[in-house]
This record gives sequence, C-alpha cells and structure tokens, in this order.
Amino acid sequence: MSAREEVLGRIRRALADVPPDERPADVPVTRDYLPEHTDPDPEAAAALLAENLADYRAVVHRVTAGQLPGCIARLLAGRGSRRIVVPRGLPEHWLSGVAPGVERLADAPELTHRDLDAVDSVVTGAAVAIAETGTVVLDASADQGSRRITLVPDHHICVVRVPEQVVTSVPRALERLDARRPLTWISGPSATSDIELERVEGVHGPRLLEVVLVTGTEPPGESGEVGAAGRAEEVGAAGGAGEAGERQEGAHDR
Amino acid sequence: MSGTYLGMPAFPKAAAVSTQQPTLRGNLTHATHTIREKRARAVGELADWSRLRAAGAAIKKRTLRHLDRYLEQVEERVTAAGGTVHWARDAAEAQRLVIDLVRATGESEVVKVKSMATQEIELNNALEEAGISAYETDLAELIVQLGDDLPSHILVPAIHRNRAEVRDIFRRQMGRWGRPAPEGLTEDPAELAEAARLHLREKFLKARVGISGANFVVADTGTLCVVESEGNGRMCLTLPETLISVVGIEKVVPSWQDLEVFLQLLPRSSTAERMNPYTSTWTGTTDEDGPREFHLVLLDNGRTDTLADTVGRQALRCIRCSACLNVCPVYERAGGHAYGSPYPGPIGAILTPQLRGTGTELDASLPYASSLCGACYEVCPVAIDIPEVLVHLRERVVEGGPATVRGQRTTLRPASGHAAERAAMRAATWALDHPGALRAGQRLAARSRRLVPRRLPGPGAGWTRSRDIPDIPPESFRDWWRRERGAGTADGPTGGEHGSDGSERGKGGAV
Amino acid sequence: MRVALFVTCVNDTLYPRTGQAVVTLLERLGVDVDFPEGQTCCGQPQFNTGYRHATEPLVHRYARAFEGYDHIVVPSGSCAAMVRDNYPRIGAKAEREGRGTELSEIAADVVPRTWELTEFLVDVLGVTDVGAWFPHTVTYHPTCHGLRMLGLGERPRKLLEQVRGLELKELPQAEECCGFGGTFAVKNAAVSTEMGLDKARHIEETGARAVCTVDNSCLMHIGGTLSRQGAEARPVHLAEILASTEEHPYGGLS
Repeated sequence: MSAREEVLGRIRRALADVPPDERPADVPVTRDYLPEHTDPDPEAAAALLAENLADYRAVVHRVTAGQLPGCIARLLAGRGSRRIVVPRGLPEHWLSGVAPGVERLADAPELTHRDLDAVDSVVTGAAVAIAETGTVVLDASADQGSRRITLVPDHHICVVRVPEQVVTSVPRALERLDARRPLTWISGPSATSDIELERVEGVHGPRLLEVVLVTGTEPPGESGEVGAAGRAEEVGAAGGAGEAGERQEGAHDR
Repeated sequence: MSGTYLGMPAFPKAAAVSTQQPTLRGNLTHATHTIREKRARAVGELADWSRLRAAGAAIKKRTLRHLDRYLEQVEERVTAAGGTVHWARDAAEAQRLVIDLVRATGESEVVKVKSMATQEIELNNALEEAGISAYETDLAELIVQLGDDLPSHILVPAIHRNRAEVRDIFRRQMGRWGRPAPEGLTEDPAELAEAARLHLREKFLKARVGISGANFVVADTGTLCVVESEGNGRMCLTLPETLISVVGIEKVVPSWQDLEVFLQLLPRSSTAERMNPYTSTWTGTTDEDGPREFHLVLLDNGRTDTLADTVGRQALRCIRCSACLNVCPVYERAGGHAYGSPYPGPIGAILTPQLRGTGTELDASLPYASSLCGACYEVCPVAIDIPEVLVHLRERVVEGGPATVRGQRTTLRPASGHAAERAAMRAATWALDHPGALRAGQRLAARSRRLVPRRLPGPGAGWTRSRDIPDIPPESFRDWWRRERGAGTADGPTGGEHGSDGSERGKGGAV
Repeated sequence: MRVALFVTCVNDTLYPRTGQAVVTLLERLGVDVDFPEGQTCCGQPQFNTGYRHATEPLVHRYARAFEGYDHIVVPSGSCAAMVRDNYPRIGAKAEREGRGTELSEIAADVVPRTWELTEFLVDVLGVTDVGAWFPHTVTYHPTCHGLRMLGLGERPRKLLEQVRGLELKELPQAEECCGFGGTFAVKNAAVSTEMGLDKARHIEETGARAVCTVDNSCLMHIGGTLSRQGAEARPVHLAEILASTEEHPYGGLS
C-alpha cells in the first residue's frame, strides 16, 4: 500500500466516531469576532497605519501625489544609494526625481542573487496595507516585482496609496488578496528577539523599511517639479533612518 | 552536528538537575516573564479575543473531523499549481523522501527555515549521514546548531543561552561552518545578529535547495503560509531553485478566509506582536518568482494515532505559538531540555507521549510534568484543554487501555514502575469507600501523632526534604461532629445505609 | 433549604478546624448545615494521578452521601472543581466504555448542587459581609483550581474586604501556582519545591501575618515551606477568617 493510501486509511479509521453522513459544514464555526477593531474612516485608518508602522520601527512619510517623486529621490539620496532595483511596472514618474547618477536595475530573471546583494535600495508599490497591525502586503504585481527584490537589498521604500490601498484589519485585507499570487506581509523591518528576548531590528531582510503614504492622484508627466513641493511630513520612528544608516556603516567597516 | 533526544532521563530527574543551575534558571525566568507580560498586552488590545479563540478552536475541530477530505483537496490544489505532493507515514520515510529529493538536484547543501516538523523527524542528522549539509538559518536555531545543542523552546530555541554564551559559540564555531565571526565580536545582541547576518548571507546567496515547514496549509487554495521575523524564512522560501516543505498533516485549515483568525491569534500569542515582521504565502510555483520546483511532504509520524484518541485529538489543534511554555511554572524551572523532545512545556507534555507513545520512562513521565495549574489552557489560542489531556494520558500510563499505535488499534498494558503506587491507590480507595475504616485510620493517626518524624522515609521523603508536614490534630472533623452533634445521618437525609460504614476492621490510613 | 457540608478528606483528617469554621460561619448566617457521615473523599488524588477506575467508587459514594440535599458546600476549590469538571468526564468515559449512563446521571445530579464555599456565600446566600473580625494583615493566594477551573473571580476578595480589622496585602505574582499539584509535589519534588520557595518569598515580601486561600491542600504545601524557611507568615483557610469574630476570635496567630 502506498504511504498516501495508508495515511488516509489511518485517518478514516481514527475518525470512526465521526458520523459517516457528517459534512464539514455540520461542524459549527461561529464567526462572531469583529471584522475590524478600529474606525473605518479612511483618514483615521491611514493615521493608525502610520502609527503602527512606526511603532514597529518602520519609517513613515506622508506626501501628496505631487510630492512623491521628490520624496523618493530624497530618501534615496539620504541613504546614499547609488544602485537601485525597480519592478518592471513601477510608475515611471515615481522615479522622475532620482539623480541621473543612480544606476537602475530592472527586476529580471537574469539578475543574479549576487547582483541583488550589490543593490542599495528597492522601490515598490504595495497591494494593500493593514492599519491595525501596521502591515504592508506585496502580491508580486507589476509595481512590486518578484519577492526577492524586496528581500536582498538592505533598504526598501514602499509606496502605499491612501486611502484606496489601506484597510483596517486582517479580515479586510484577506478579502482583497488573491491566494494564487505569492504574498509577502511586511510589518516593520526584519527583527529578532532570539537573544534574551531583546528585540534587534534588522537581521536578514531589509534593515530599513520606509513606507510612503501617498494621497491623491496625479496624471503622469506632471510631476517634474522635484523637490519644489517642500519637505514631506515624516512620521518617524525613534532613531529611524539615521540610526539604521549608521549601523550599516559599521557593518561595512568590518 | 546536532544533538539527539534518544536515551534522555525521565522528566523529574532532568528537571531536578535544571533547578540547580542558576544561569539557566535566570535566563528562563527573565525571558518567560518578559514575554508573558507582552503577550497579555497584545491580547488585551483585541476586545473579541475570546471569540477569535473559539473560532480558531472550531476551525481546527472541523478540519480534524474531516482531515482526509481536506488533505486530498490540498494535494489536488498544490499539484494543480505546479507543486508535487509526497506522503510520509513516519520519520524514516520523510527523511528518505527529503534525501532523495535533495540528491535529485545534485546538491549537497541546503538552507533551512526553522521548522518543528523537521526537528521532530531529526532531519538534520539524517541529511548529515547522507552527506548533505543542512544549515539552520533562524538565529536561535543557528546558535543551537553551532553549539551542538538541542532547542529548548518552540519559538526561541536558544532561550537557555545568554548573550555571553552566544558570543562564545559564535567565536568558536562560525569559522568551521563558513564565514567566521567578526574580530572583536562583543555580546551586544545587535552585534551578534549582525554576525549571523553576514555568516548566513553567504549561504543564502548560493543555496539551491531550501527546506521549510509551514504554519498553515490552506485546503481550498493549496496555499502554504510561513510566519517569521528575521527574513531567513523569506530567503529560504524564495532564493533557492528547489523548495521542500515538510508539514504535519494537522497544519491544514479549510479556507483562505480561515487565515483571518489564525493570523490574528498566532502573532499575538507567540511573539506578542500585532503582527510578526514577515509572513509569506505561496501556492505551488510562480513563473520568474521563487523556486522552480516545489515539493510538499505531508507527515503523519504519530498524528493519526493522536487523531484516533477522542480526548487527546485536541492536541492536534496546536499552532505552535509557545504561549503555554511562557506561562508554565514548571517549564520555567525545569527548562526545555528536560522534556526530551522538540516540543517542550505543557504542549510537549501532551504531544510527545501521543506522537511517540508512552513506552519509554521519559515519555511516560511527561504527563506528570505538571501541577495541573491550568495557566496553559487559559492562554492557549485554540483552547486546548491541556490539563484534561494530561490527566487522560496519566490514565494511559498507569491503567493502560485502548490506544492506536502506528495505525493499529491495540490495548496498552500499564507502564512498569507503578505497581506500588497502584496498590496504594487501590488501598486508599478501599479505605475511603469505608468511612468506618477512614475513621479508624484517623484515630490511629491521632493517637500516634507525636511519633511522626520530621523527615519521612520512602515516597514521603520527597515532601519533607523541603517542607514540614502539618501537625496531626488530636481529633478528626468527623469525630468532633459526632461528639458535638451526635451521630448524624450516615448518608443523605433520604438515603439509607450503604457501603460498610459500620466496619471498624479496616486499618487503611486515609493520608 | 437542606445544606450539607462536604468537608473533604484532607480537612476532615488534618484540618478539622476549617470544617468547624464552616459550620460556625453558616450557622451564624442562619443556615442549618448537616454533615452526612457517609462522605469521605471526592477521588481527586486517584483521578489526577491517572486511576480513573479507582475513582469511580468514590463518585458513587459522594452521590449517596449527599442524596436529597439542596446544596453541598465544599471548603476546597480543588475538590469542588473535581466534582464539577471531572465527574462529567468520568461519566462520559464510562459511557464510551459501554458501561451505561449511571455515572453521567450522577454527575448531572450533583454538579449543580455542589458549591465552593465562597460561591455558596456570594451566589446562593447573596452575602459578602459575614460579620467577621480578623485584626491582622493578610495576603490572599488565589489557588489554581479556584481561579481557573471554578472561576471564583473576585468572590474571595469581596468577602475579605468586608472583614473588620483585616488589612489585605497584595501578593506579587499571585496567580502563579504554588507548586502543590497533588502527587506532583512528590513525583516532581524538585520543581514543586522551587515553586513553593518562590511563593513563600512573595508571601514574605508582603509582610502579611497570614496567607489565606480557599484550599488547605495548597496551604499544606505553602505552610510547610514557610515553616521550613522559618518564616513569620502562617497559613489560614479563608473559612477560619470568615468565622472569626470579636466574641470568638481566631486563635491560631497568637
């Protein structure tokens, strides 16, 4: 007998107490838990998202659509990024303010893992963001790219459109997501508490996660005034970019 | 390379040693109390926690009662999405499957995400014997592997090590496995994590085979889900060309919607966070994204035996959050290694004797590794009544009875070594079923009460080594009542005389 | 109202004063309480050690002894929990073994009539001020079976708060098990001892003169540990505090 037949046979014998005509739906599952725990108002949800992201040490920026290219350019410059990787479907104008000297690699199968390891930053969109948990979810759509490009580089800039991509809760997020796509749920930068349960941010995934919450829409091509729109509001975590940057410097020294 | 649980002593003996190790005790007390409070805060944020918990338990109950159907659905959906499904009756079969799959790739190195199922089947040792090097990539698992040690906690396997010990292990061992620890490595956790990052990045970038477990397998979509913090999981799940996931058959949940319950229950119970840093889900394979080959190994290894026990079955609801370990006063003092299995603490005390049976002295001692205080049940996110199962398994140990072993119905004999206890229990029941005998025993004790030594011999020595025994009163309550209130009703006001109340012949003591 | 005292084998044999205190207290509250002499033990030690079949004669005995009473009052959280939680399980298992419904019927009959002392006072009699006087500092340890199996909640505390002269001291980590656990105390003596020492230390930290619980089994372990440590604090069952009045004060602390 194959292992498959044997294991299934064992299960059927083990369940001798289950009436043969019982169907799964006959076992009651009461879903009287809350579909969301927070105010569904879009502005309130966006504010909570920012707060919870920051609480888990992501750095959050809130901008208008017009400010977005300038914001991205500034974040890359602030990090000193010279080489970035970009999903193939990222709106072109998002990067319109990036300095010409910054090398852009496209997300492509030819790119080796080692190539990616030499990249400073990655810029992506998102599929959905969850306010209650401070989570952004990527679903490998064209503006997000393959899973590895948001993993190997040490700096991830993730753009979330407010309010349309923000939901309040985990149940609301799952409704929107397609299980057939590979999903990555990100809540703050990589972290560990494995040594004496002391939390350390940044192990294998990007050590700096910057989430840009962008409000309003703007037709492509009208976003040329980079930097002119002024500084974006930063809802920063304690010791955000600066500290992580210094830590990376230290790492390179060794 | 890594330790094994074979031949470990019974729980009380191992635990007694742990209680005398101040460093271990300090590490554990600090860690468990810290996370206990954090968990209480994270759970307290959700007003509907008890309803989520009930839903989680109900979903798992539904799954288990129709497990055959859901597993067939998993197989169909995973296959349709480009994966290959394998079935393993036991650890040896799962090891063989994995070894063959790795060999088929021509590789001799694999990277691993922390996985309870692969620890349970001792996969790393089997791979090593087959000439395949398996690199653990979770920081704590790396500490355990480099230290030639065993995990002692489900979530934080190196919880028994403090930062100085970790630094010493890294300095001593990293160079033998790959990139050595940086010069001048200190015991700062951030520096230690950085050393692990550098050491493991080499492995990730060149790895062609990854091995994982899974937290959930969604039947209606064929989706696997891995919940983690460090990003080593994402590395292993997305960078290699071949991914092999070894998953216990009880990890299935029926529908995609069900994740809305478990992705709220698990992080808050486990790391005490609103959400863990990374959760990955994947369905089969995806073109130009992640592994080109995906194998799912569905593991029985005692799970169907557990399923066959209508009381013990609930242990299969476990989502491996480790909340029960963190609140357990016994775990806190005994440490994880005393449980002799990758599943320590309260859940281990009910899971291990069901997966492995109660045949060894160690496994037969596990159901007794609890004061039945119930703190574990209270925090369990899927409402496993651990004390109920503990007592149920104690019965299996001392009374034997029907059980399923490797798929076969059988009648277990009582475990050896309990003959004296069984005789004492039966004598006590006899005496207690004869109030006259109880009274005679009490009077005998009262008459000789001045003669009771401060230190008792035999089994009582375990008590008096650290505790005084109470003074025996000159008169029992029932003698006081009879003296003060006259002979009352022997039984209820309407009941007659039953049993052998009048007998004064019994000499059995009640205590 | 026909009320029976189930004194429990431990109190009967080792702590008769607790039984006497319950009688005094209930009579003071106008309850006529009876002690059916056919009673012995609920069977908890046997059951919790795994000897379910050896427990069954004691289940039968309990049912016979208390037949016809409206209420059965138990000054022990764990014995009350044994009846309430485990008698139905014993009945269900006997049914599964094809031995009829008798034990299940017994459980269905005795469970609703069985009350832990503080439940009886607060829920049945509806009193929290029982007219007690106890001029000492007291710390309260909620025993595990009272706290988590019976769900006694605030009942013991409410009763203690009404006792004149009593000063309640908060016990650090009160909800942690004292380490008794029946045969656990002997089978895993080392761990049990460590738990007892920590509990004793926390009790001493309160500076209280007495430590009080609803269960003398736990107090035997706690008191035995305190005594061996040469500590000042003394174990006192809650019933003895509630029975104490200015006319007939508790004499165990002088």
